[in-house]
Amino acid sequence: MQYKVPVMSEMVAEGKIPDVVFWIGCAGSFDQRAQRVTIAFTKILNQLQINFAVLGTEEACTGDPARRAGNEFIFQMLAQQNVATLNNYGVKKIVCTCPHCFNIIKNEYPQLGGNYEVIHHSQYLQQLLNEGKLKVEGGVFKGKRITYHDSCYLGRANGIYEAPRDVIEALDADLVEINKCRTTGLCCGAGGAQMWKEDEPGRKRINEERTEQLMEVYPDIIAVACPYCNTMITDGVKGKEKQDDIKVVDIAELISKANSY
Amino acid sequence: MNFLTVIQILLFIGLVGGSFFVAIRKFKEIYDNVNKGRPEHIPSTFFFRLKSMLLIAFGQKKMFKLTFPAFLHLVIYVSFVITQIELIEIFIDGFTGNHRILYHAFEGNALEKLYVFVINFIEILSLLTFFVTILFILRRTTFKVRRFQMPELKGWPWKDALLILAFELTLIIFIFMMNSGDSALEMKEHGKDYGFLLSGLFGNMLTGLPNGALFFIEKTGWWGHLCMVMTFLVYLPYSKHLHILLAFPNTYFTRPEPKGEIHNMPAIMHEVTSMIDPSYKVPATDGEIKFGAKDVYDLSWKSLLDAYSCTECGRCTAACPANITGKKLSPRKIMMDTRDRMEDLTRGRKLHGPDFTDNKSLLGDYITKEELRACTTCNACVEECPVSINPLTIILELRRNMIMEEADSPPEWNNMFSNMENNQAPWQFSPSDRLNWANEMN
Repeated sequence: MQYKVPVMSEMVAEGKIPDVVFWIGCAGSFDQRAQRVTIAFTKILNQLQINFAVLGTEEACTGDPARRAGNEFIFQMLAQQNVATLNNYGVKKIVCTCPHCFNIIKNEYPQLGGNYEVIHHSQYLQQLLNEGKLKVEGGVFKGKRITYHDSCYLGRANGIYEAPRDVIEALDADLVEINKCRTTGLCCGAGGAQMWKEDEPGRKRINEERTEQLMEVYPDIIAVACPYCNTMITDGVKGKEKQDDIKVVDIAELISKANSY
Repeated sequence: MNFLTVIQILLFIGLVGGSFFVAIRKFKEIYDNVNKGRPEHIPSTFFFRLKSMLLIAFGQKKMFKLTFPAFLHLVIYVSFVITQIELIEIFIDGFTGNHRILYHAFEGNALEKLYVFVINFIEILSLLTFFVTILFILRRTTFKVRRFQMPELKGWPWKDALLILAFELTLIIFIFMMNSGDSALEMKEHGKDYGFLLSGLFGNMLTGLPNGALFFIEKTGWWGHLCMVMTFLVYLPYSKHLHILLAFPNTYFTRPEPKGEIHNMPAIMHEVTSMIDPSYKVPATDGEIKFGAKDVYDLSWKSLLDAYSCTECGRCTAACPANITGKKLSPRKIMMDTRDRMEDLTRGRKLHGPDFTDNKSLLGDYITKEELRACTTCNACVEECPVSINPLTIILELRRNMIMEEADSPPEWNNMFSNMENNQAPWQFSPSDRLNWANEMN
């Protein structure tokens, strides 16, 4: 299949309107590891012939790290710019692969005049599975032990615990839960703009602690649904020199791999 | 009415009236303190508020995230609530100079059985509470429960916790002294058995004592119990134990928004809009605009109510990723510092007048920047709190002040900010490269 990445401005010029905008996010756009998740999810959208578009170079950072670090000015500048872009195109529905983008567009953009139906890609995949549009070929992950690391901005922040698990369950693999999961899941250490700075002085890094918790169930795969978590847990696994035994994989990549997209 | 009874009634009224006067004055102080906070509209319906209060405070829903301590706490909680029934009789007796007025009013009819049942219920729960309280003391002093071993509990908070538990033990001993002495005396003087299971049993053991001694035991129990209740009332607003009252309003005002949502700053929103669109009219605002919170009264009233509702259980801190990995941040300390700051300012205002300042602030002098910088905004503390306290809101408001008013941010964040300003991404990439990943699709 020849995969396409339809860009909003070009679609509009051709008089077409997408059903959903895929919000890539800065990590998904620039981080090499997160780019692979963006590509995997775009392939799924292509395969299911979903009428989607990306904003391309018109997308800007949502402002999340600035707002959470305490810099409201930079947040407002970026967010208002994004709201203007989205409203200008009359966007109704947005899907995000990043829980931080998802949370801020869904919960904090409405006060700036940005009202959209916003869903996270775990929810989108769950819906597509439930509707029977997305079918998962078993086999690749059969018998693999997969554990899921809850992202704070999906779980506690927005109460989304089941959607990513439903996606993993569709793989015919063994979903093994660690003790600290769902509401008690430990943060990967990157939220609140920590991604861009060193940990404050302490006994150990947060991602190290979290990785140890995840490794307790001897997983083959640690599934994540957030680009920050992906980076932090990947680093944690490398720190334990277990990168050959344990793979850290986004749920979109699991689906795209299972279906050999 | 004899002279002694009149003296007793006067003593009673003096004690109860005095205690209420002192307590209400302090409660009013707390109420005023909370009202000094910034306005915040909590966008919830009456039904949501009632449901939150009934489930979380009354029903203790969140306590049961940890089953064992929740069960122990439930025993004390139920016991405390039920014991108030007996207090009704003590109050009526105290005001009127009667003795067990309800029992005698019900004596001989069906309600007598109910009365005895209620007293038995109170006594059995009180005995259970006695043992639970001892277990709680052991948890504080002997068992190494991590969340009770932390630096912020050193000194007064530790004493406060143990003092409350000691009060509870004393209270229970007085209840049993009162009922047992009375049972024995009633048996000896009137040959009448109240039918109290536990105090009846203890009473039987005491019948060998002279009537005068039994009378003394009963009266010591009665007055002792009353004094402890009044001590509790006066002590409560100074103590972490205030949660037994404030848990109710605090859960009633549980914020309904998703936990991930943080509050907008309209002043900055309007300013930025007018930068983008010069024709935009910025709505008039009254007073000076301060970014975030430097001191307690820059926080929302809900955050201040949160601080007074905190019972320092430390479930927030035990779940905090920063704290678990040895950073200085402890969400419990954030709440304790906020309350301490309000109390310090209140004390200052009392001594030096309403314009009192001490050149200190919550940010910096109570809560350090290192603590604030350590937060990952993961909401674990908010999720854990059994009484709907949100330490994260305070942390974020203080961070806003630290970054925007003091311009004090770690150099990595300054880099991130300038990248976001110049490249619309927190990393140093060109915005024109945003779609480069698409080249690797096929």
